[in-house]
Amino acid sequence: MIILMVRRFVGLLLTLLAVSTLIFLVMALLPGDPAAIMLGTSASADTLAALRQQLGLDQPLLLRYLQWLGGVLQGDLGQSHTYGVPVAGLIIERLAVTLPLAAMAILLSVLIALPLGVTAAAKRNGLVDLAATLFAQAGIAVPAFWMGLLLILLFSMQLGWTPAGGFPGWRAGSFAAVHALLLPALALALPQASVLTRVTRTAVLDVLDEDFVRAARAKGLSRRAALWRHAVPNAMVPVVTMLGLQFTFLVAGAVLIENVFNLPGLGRLAYQALSQRDIVVMQDVVLFFAALVIVVNFLVDLSYLWLDPRLRSEKAFS
Amino acid sequence: MARFVRSISEVLVSATAIFCLLLTTMAAAAPRTDLAIGMTIEPAGLDPTIAAPVAIGQVTWQNIFEGLVTIDRDGKIKPQLASSWEISPDGLTYRFSLRSGVTFHDGEAFTAGVAKASIDRARAADSVNPQKRFFASVDTVEAEDPQTLVIRLKQPAGSLLYWLAWPSSVIVGEKSAANNKTTPVGTGPFVFVRWAKGDRVELKRNPGYWNKEISVKLETVTFRFISDPQAQSAALVSGDVDAFPEFGAPELMSSFDGDERLITVVGDTELKVVAGMNNSRKPFDDKRVRQALMMALDRTTIIEGAWSGFGTPIGSHYTPNDRAYVDLTGVYPYDPEKAKALLAEAGYPNGFSFTIKAPQMSYAARTAEVMQALLAEIGVTMTIEPTEFPAKWVQDVFTGRDYDMTIVAHAEPMDIDIYSRDPYYFNYRNPAFDAAISQIEQTPDAAGQDKFYQEAQKILADDVPALFLFVMPKLGVWDKRLKGLWEDEPIPSNVLAEVYWTE
Repeated sequence: MIILMVRRFVGLLLTLLAVSTLIFLVMALLPGDPAAIMLGTSASADTLAALRQQLGLDQPLLLRYLQWLGGVLQGDLGQSHTYGVPVAGLIIERLAVTLPLAAMAILLSVLIALPLGVTAAAKRNGLVDLAATLFAQAGIAVPAFWMGLLLILLFSMQLGWTPAGGFPGWRAGSFAAVHALLLPALALALPQASVLTRVTRTAVLDVLDEDFVRAARAKGLSRRAALWRHAVPNAMVPVVTMLGLQFTFLVAGAVLIENVFNLPGLGRLAYQALSQRDIVVMQDVVLFFAALVIVVNFLVDLSYLWLDPRLRSEKAFS
Repeated sequence: MARFVRSISEVLVSATAIFCLLLTTMAAAAPRTDLAIGMTIEPAGLDPTIAAPVAIGQVTWQNIFEGLVTIDRDGKIKPQLASSWEISPDGLTYRFSLRSGVTFHDGEAFTAGVAKASIDRARAADSVNPQKRFFASVDTVEAEDPQTLVIRLKQPAGSLLYWLAWPSSVIVGEKSAANNKTTPVGTGPFVFVRWAKGDRVELKRNPGYWNKEISVKLETVTFRFISDPQAQSAALVSGDVDAFPEFGAPELMSSFDGDERLITVVGDTELKVVAGMNNSRKPFDDKRVRQALMMALDRTTIIEGAWSGFGTPIGSHYTPNDRAYVDLTGVYPYDPEKAKALLAEAGYPNGFSFTIKAPQMSYAARTAEVMQALLAEIGVTMTIEPTEFPAKWVQDVFTGRDYDMTIVAHAEPMDIDIYSRDPYYFNYRNPAFDAAISQIEQTPDAAGQDKFYQEAQKILADDVPALFLFVMPKLGVWDKRLKGLWEDEPIPSNVLAEVYWTE
């Protein structure tokens, strides 16, 4: 078990190293000179050269890569050249928006999908099942940013229940902050929930046909008890796998949703850094996203052990 | 006596009551002193002397930072930290009398020594000032005494005073200059409070502001950065922001019609939308081809299609805001038949094909589409190649000059001289034009310069090194009770010293 964990961890580090090399190369090959973007169209060649030197862009590529990587390993993520502040601070500031947003979106998505999917499976071809199917179809077809715009139109501009965008900051109190994140989280959650509903429904249906569920019923358990105590827990492995996969989409979706709702999150930081060619910020944010996805996948793998006792034996893993 | 006392107490009671009543009504009627102002683009740092993006000046210029001179809402040069100046008859020596009693927000005193250090910093060998060229003609800067600054030039620079008013020429403190990018310190009416990156910049009133002629009414100012036009509109309607001086989506302007709280104000900017051509590449090296393309374009249709009908047609690289403006839209007016004839004369009876590298901004993409349709009518096939702005555009078009045609809004005010710069992306060479531009710099008085500005405009209108399309409007949307915002924009800015609420 421990050997397995160590092997996993080493693999994780190697993946991150590969990601760091890839993002560095992509940013280096991308057309666009950060100095020219900063200094505009009236700057002379010597001014551009002075800024390139200031930013360290006159150094050889390999040296720049090693300096960056060395810094990251020592916990120094470098400086943003557009903002003029350390990137680590920028990322932490933005996480205060993106992490709660992602967490709320996952929570909402589970809260919608789980009851809906299980009920749809339990009463196959019933009204709820039909509604769930419709919801799933619509949810997959409508992109999150468009959903965001529709939600703003209804809840902010027509009803006036929520702010139209922006983030007051956690200083303004947790109610105001959560209130501001509610609509974007919902916009992110609805497409996710629709996929999750389908997966839950199928997984529960599969399990419902299994012998152990029939045995539980034969033992005298009610339909309801058999469903929730035996069928649902056994259907959770594919559902959790899906949740793990969706986390990646959530991070990607946050880039769009944060722009629509004008939230100063990590996604918007990445978007701005890309258009400004703030190379170090871009490298750090992508590396951070990659690390996040890898860690979440790792946690999903761990959760299988908890969900399915059969996997806990060492044999099953080798 | 008792009656007298009673009546006195009655008077006192009623007077107190009236006074209290007055106080409460006054408190209720006291105008607001806070302002949330929206901007599309977040500035890249807050120091206009080390980076070009106009958003930096739109937050800091005249609010935090001030210059020796300034530009008012009509585009006129006005004294600021310098109360007056003398220019020697040969135009080579500028002697500025500086104001006394001015301090920076951190307490540093403003003196001629500080002003000298500030200008020397902008023109130093390792300077990264985006307009370092402004100071190319400066020979020496001298602090004669604490209140007198003398700038000596190598050759006359007729635009020097105007240039000194720009955001990139503001006076910075010696102690604070290095940190202005993150914590700007100036002499202006507002003090920097906080920058929540990605979201907002907060300022508060400077209680020790030197200029007692202006009574600054706003206590707190928040700049909010909202890039998505739908989100901008939503923020205005919900009252999250009080004003969007440069609203991003012309097609949404009519949605504010009839709004009880908001008004729309359409003004002029300095943003000249021009389709630049590579004048050294065939067939654009032939003046007749360029003139024919100009005549194929109906500017009214373009403005309608690209910017919902907002915008002013132009016939040269100059705006109606600018002094000595001449309307030259009639030099090559829309005339497809004449355009075809001229193309045939130039050797292209069946037209030709080329590619336009169009940035992704909506004004550019839409203008390119309308142009494509209009050019097709004279047999010219234009392929649109979307080009990421600024990064890829700067690399391919601006620096690499590898393009046929492009389209971009030139934001810098009074920048007609770009057509005489070498290198510049138009690859345009015309000694007569260069002579007109250099005459401007050799003429110290404004009236004398006007003649050459007009000559320069006319040469461009006839030569058509770029297709001159329209001036971008300043689409302002703000709360009706808000007064004092600039309606036009002779220089990109949000000057807030004279902004106030009426109720």
